[in-house]
Amino acid sequence: MTKLLSVEDLTVEYAVGGKSLFAVSGVSLHVDRGETLGLVGESGCGKSTLGRAVLQLRPPTGGKVVFDGTELTTLGGKAMRAMRKRLQLIFQDPIASLNPRRRIGDIIAEPLIITGVTDKAERERRVREVMTAVGLDPDVAMGRLPHEFSGGQCQRICIARALILEPELVICDEPVSALDVSIRAQILNLLEEMKRRYGLTLLFIAHDLAVVKAVSDRIAVMYLGKLCEVSPTERLFAQPAHPYTALLLEAIPVPDPTVRPMANVPFGEPPSPLDPPSGCRFRTRCPRADIRCAAEVPLLREIGGGQFVACHHPLAQGQ
Amino acid sequence: MSAPLLSIEGVSVELPTPRGLLRAVDGVDLRLEPGQTLGVVGESGCGKTMLSRAILQLLPKRAKLTGRVMFAGRDLARLPREALRKLRGPELAVVFQDPMTSLNPVLTIGTQIVETLQVHLGMSGVAATRRGAELLAAVGIPAPEQRLRQYPNQLSGGMRQRVAIAIALSCEPKLLIADEPTTALDVTVQAQILDLLAREQQRRHMAMILITHDLGVVAGRTDEVAVMYAGRVVERAPTRRLFARMRMPYTGALLAAIPRLDTPPHTPLPAIAGRPPDPTRPLPGCSFAPRCGRADVHCHESKPPLADPERAGSLYACWHPL
Repeated sequence: MTKLLSVEDLTVEYAVGGKSLFAVSGVSLHVDRGETLGLVGESGCGKSTLGRAVLQLRPPTGGKVVFDGTELTTLGGKAMRAMRKRLQLIFQDPIASLNPRRRIGDIIAEPLIITGVTDKAERERRVREVMTAVGLDPDVAMGRLPHEFSGGQCQRICIARALILEPELVICDEPVSALDVSIRAQILNLLEEMKRRYGLTLLFIAHDLAVVKAVSDRIAVMYLGKLCEVSPTERLFAQPAHPYTALLLEAIPVPDPTVRPMANVPFGEPPSPLDPPSGCRFRTRCPRADIRCAAEVPLLREIGGGQFVACHHPLAQGQ
Repeated sequence: MSAPLLSIEGVSVELPTPRGLLRAVDGVDLRLEPGQTLGVVGESGCGKTMLSRAILQLLPKRAKLTGRVMFAGRDLARLPREALRKLRGPELAVVFQDPMTSLNPVLTIGTQIVETLQVHLGMSGVAATRRGAELLAAVGIPAPEQRLRQYPNQLSGGMRQRVAIAIALSCEPKLLIADEPTTALDVTVQAQILDLLAREQQRRHMAMILITHDLGVVAGRTDEVAVMYAGRVVERAPTRRLFARMRMPYTGALLAAIPRLDTPPHTPLPAIAGRPPDPTRPLPGCSFAPRCGRADVHCHESKPPLADPERAGSLYACWHPL
């Protein structure tokens, strides 16, 4: 498989009250063409910032973002705008990401107008086509306003808007976190279907490992701006290697009363990214941490089968 | 069976809207014993939050409540304001979904806890401050004396929710209503907060209503579960029995729609097609019938009652149970 997106040693730094906050510090990963890479972590781990940095919406302070052979970080404004057709983003809050005063048909057609599709009939044909693809009836929905739709329907509209330019890479930033369980399943199924139909490559960002599992080929786990583990999906669930991955897995509520919920969860909250711990950033919450973890930053290394872990004392050694 | 702490009898809530009368809660009966936990599960708009507001008597002014909300022998719906005010805190308390909006952003954490203790328990300022620090420590907040001097925006979402819980528990309520207390939080923090609620509940022998859209949250942490759909309770059973055998197709569909950890990636999820019905246009038959694979003509015409036809201790409202 060929790499469609490759992120190398990416750093995104914010200035906060005279200090620098590294939202993303030295992350390297890639997404193959046609693949879905899940990116998981808690709030504030830098996963959304990473997604935005890929699209150059939040310019990285260091590192490279290579999309289909083109380095995006050094691209000029005009060249980047041309590139944007091929990279799209879907946000968490579908209602907030739609202009409440514009009609659905116009919202979905907007990217066509911006990219210079001047033929009105052509625009309408494409809007109808993509609306039908995402399960909206163009005859009913085109003339309506966003407030007439539920959250799930609004997310369908956002997906239609993202797909109308037939992008190659779609970054989904928590696309189902704001939705009810039953609607969440509809949208996840829709994303899978759209991926097949349009031959998409997805970077799927979420905090819920179960949701990510449903759609991802590989999963990257992020903590305080750094990657802990990257692994093929099934392998990650079968034998998580990083203690943080194991913690995330254990914390998922299981809909089965015979499974005891994790009692007296022995962990705190992530420390401030303004003042991250030395060495391994997870060590302050890690049951396996020792002196080495405080002194030495663990590097991401392969332990077999495409599973990479950044830990001095991984749970799985691989074979 | 001991006397119930809370008994909701035929409660309905109607709200006038520009589109007509909206029946948010439709003839709900529930009861809760002291020290027990009831999970109320349903999707957005199913009426679970309106039901909790009906119990707390915090309904919007326009809302019309019918039925009885019996709490420790008194009907809350008919209690004068002053008597209600005295109940809130020492008897009834609530934790809302979003701690940022339930805490006052311009007052310190300490002011908000101390105020509660002074108003409801008549404590002195010094005693209330000391008690406030103890409460924060009890809900797992490190360096509580410092935290008392901080504002809500200086705390993380999980910490804010702990503060909201500390305030709710401060007057030792007999019933705590937790309305989606962990929906805005990360999974790891969610597990911590649910543990905290369970621990404090056992320690205080407090009854709790845990409202959530996630069947996973109620599975390990409630004694009984009521599933709501379109304003009505459509299934109600002791938690273990419910998960062992779901009768109402909606409950089954809700469970099936949760992504599972034991299925391979890219397995299509059994989503529930369609959407809940428009609450201003009640259906003559079962509200779930338009989305239900088992529905027939009878289901569309006649509303199934919530009943226990097999006398097995689990109630369901369905003509064609699973």
